[in-house]
Amino acid sequence: MNAILAQLLNGLDKGGAYALIALGLTLVFGTLGVVNFAHGALFMLGAFCAVTFRYLITIEIVTKDPTKLTPWGQPVEIKTPIVQNWFGDLGAILVDYSVPISILLAIPVMLVIGLVMERGLIKHFYKRTHAEQILVTFGLAIVLQEIVKSFFGPNPIPQPMPAALRSAADVGVWLGMAQGALTYPWWRLVYFLFSLGVIGAVFAFLHFTTFGMVVRAGMNDRQTVSLLGINIDKRFTIMFGIAAVVAGLAGVMYTPLLSPNYHLGMDFLVLSFVVVVVGGMGSLPGAVLAGFLLGILQSFASMTEVKSFIPGIDQIIIYFVAVVILLVRPRGLMGRRGVMES
Amino acid sequence: MSYRGQGPTRRTILRGAAGLVTASAAPLVFTRGAWAKDFCNNPTGSTVTFGFNVPQTGTYAEEGLDQLKGYQLAVKHINGEGDGGLMKTMKPLALKGNGVLGKKVTFVSGDTQTKTDAARDSARRMIERDKVIMVTGSVTSGEAIAMQSLCQEKGIIYMSGLTHSNDTTGKDKRRYGFRHFFNAYQSGVAIAPILAKEYGKERRAYHITADYTWGWTQEESIKNATEALGWKTVATVRSPLGLGDYSQYLTPVANSGADVLILNHYGHDMVNSLPQAVQFGLRDKQVNGKQFEIVVPMFSELMAQGAGTAVKGIIGTSNWHWNLPDAGSKAFTKSYGEAYGQPPSQSSHTGYVQAILYADACQRAGTFYPPEVIKALEGFEFDGMGNGPTLYRDVDHQCFKDVLVVRGNMSPTSKFDVLNVVGSASRKDVTYDPKIFGGELGPYEPNKC
Repeated sequence: MNAILAQLLNGLDKGGAYALIALGLTLVFGTLGVVNFAHGALFMLGAFCAVTFRYLITIEIVTKDPTKLTPWGQPVEIKTPIVQNWFGDLGAILVDYSVPISILLAIPVMLVIGLVMERGLIKHFYKRTHAEQILVTFGLAIVLQEIVKSFFGPNPIPQPMPAALRSAADVGVWLGMAQGALTYPWWRLVYFLFSLGVIGAVFAFLHFTTFGMVVRAGMNDRQTVSLLGINIDKRFTIMFGIAAVVAGLAGVMYTPLLSPNYHLGMDFLVLSFVVVVVGGMGSLPGAVLAGFLLGILQSFASMTEVKSFIPGIDQIIIYFVAVVILLVRPRGLMGRRGVMES
Repeated sequence: MSYRGQGPTRRTILRGAAGLVTASAAPLVFTRGAWAKDFCNNPTGSTVTFGFNVPQTGTYAEEGLDQLKGYQLAVKHINGEGDGGLMKTMKPLALKGNGVLGKKVTFVSGDTQTKTDAARDSARRMIERDKVIMVTGSVTSGEAIAMQSLCQEKGIIYMSGLTHSNDTTGKDKRRYGFRHFFNAYQSGVAIAPILAKEYGKERRAYHITADYTWGWTQEESIKNATEALGWKTVATVRSPLGLGDYSQYLTPVANSGADVLILNHYGHDMVNSLPQAVQFGLRDKQVNGKQFEIVVPMFSELMAQGAGTAVKGIIGTSNWHWNLPDAGSKAFTKSYGEAYGQPPSQSSHTGYVQAILYADACQRAGTFYPPEVIKALEGFEFDGMGNGPTLYRDVDHQCFKDVLVVRGNMSPTSKFDVLNVVGSASRKDVTYDPKIFGGELGPYEPNKC
């Protein structure tokens, strides 16, 4: 039982990442009708917002202590982050919590990146075929990752999680089990809750604001909404920016779990498309449902008992499920009639 | 015209015979050194080029870049620049600090990308385009095995870097490949007594293993060594190389009944998997009435630095460590520290030593001709390189020397002070019968390059 609950928790935190990426991807497809292969790159850019923020606040002052020598006979260097010099303990807290704090940087940066991307490139391809959209956005993804590579280098840059969240929570005690029976890392629980929060915020924005209502109406019937005198294109452009922010935030908070590198986006791209297709093209609830479902399935497929029965199943389970669902329900779990259908 | 007038005379036959004997004997006069012009990338100018092929990107990039620094320092010392490093302590030493056989050493470097195919392609470019006399470097056994196989085909000597799989000098050994680094079997022999002393003889182990040749042989060797102690193996699970997030592999460990997790990971894999295992609370658990423990059988200082506080108290094995007290280790640490502002890792030490050993073998052989250099390395006994008396065994080209057991420092005094040497296995103890791993070295004579 404990093993099943542990795998379930693992599936939920993985699923949170899948759902967040797929949600942004579906927002873009649902509003603009664009198949955005650069969406993984937005996840990667978000992760590098965290890297940049940490780099900025850990710029150090180096002093040499002539009374202490290294084994090779040079004075020992003492490095202190400038913020720690300026703000003392507050500076140390800033450094320790650099990843969650970098969300404040990521939101405006990702919004601007999204708006520039849509206005500068994507809008010119609205009326082109999906194949052309895929080619141009895939090309854009490669350009973005090469730019990041030239600035940050080719190797992963580890981002530490806050010291207070590096241990495991005793989840079992919360569920009435014995102490230590079921533990799970704090940061992963935080990531799961964070993903729920962002997903909830996006749905609330779409369902409880006038802006969101217009966007949803536009997703259903763009022409009619335009005929009512509403500038739906402008709203869709903003939605592209919001999708970029969602992907970026998913990337920021994922950095302590997976050290960012320039091809991080490509690693998640294929997976996120599978999630979208399984959920149903254009369906926001479908994307979220499929994200969590595939995360949980992938986690359970990693259990020793399952792998002893079907070796290697953990590597193929997502694609296997995608094939089965597309055979049984060609529009995906919650796909709408007419989306990507002639 | 008479018959007698047309046939050869006695004098003609004698002249012909003498000419034939002279002509056939002539090459023998030049035999000594004749091969010198007939082997791959024979250096004819005033320089000789070494090829340093290491991962500069990918999962093992950090170890690769550090290895490259070791090679660059070795080139300086071979050419007589700097303080001479280990050339001051190596015995016997034929190098004179003026290059190799009077030729200044230059080098080219390549990026294996931590991928077997890329390593092979890069080594081929070095041989065919850059005309290197030898290739050296690796951080994965996959790279090393691929490169030494290519070098055997090309007739170029390959001095491997970090490669810990038993296969490198076992079933995949090659006449043109040489390994200074220790192997998984030796790790098992070295670590077992320490594990028994620290954790007892009744343990249940769960292995998570990098899914390629090194991981497989390390898992097998450590499994054999721990089971010989009386430990039981609960499960052996393979994870893809370079995975990053190991949560799905770590989650089942807690409920598996195991009380020891053995991580057969290296480089970034271990830098990710070990802290994640600690975050999962495994080290805080009591299982089977015992404290849960984590073991990383193959350790390096760079990995320990990357893993941060998670490495405290973790036991593993190592080829060399910079704070060893012998003269060679001190000389190399000083030399490297002055050059790069940090202590050397076992990766940079291995690269440095392999470059010096190859150069010295050429000097002793008096030629760059590979079969002669190979013979100079085979059975070569040396000391003063930081590992104590060391033998390059002739039958499998594996180096035999003491193997260190290290443990994550509980109270480090600096970011480099991350490991302590807590024991060692003697060269005698880690020497084994080469037949157990099989393989054939192949011929001395080189193919055309």
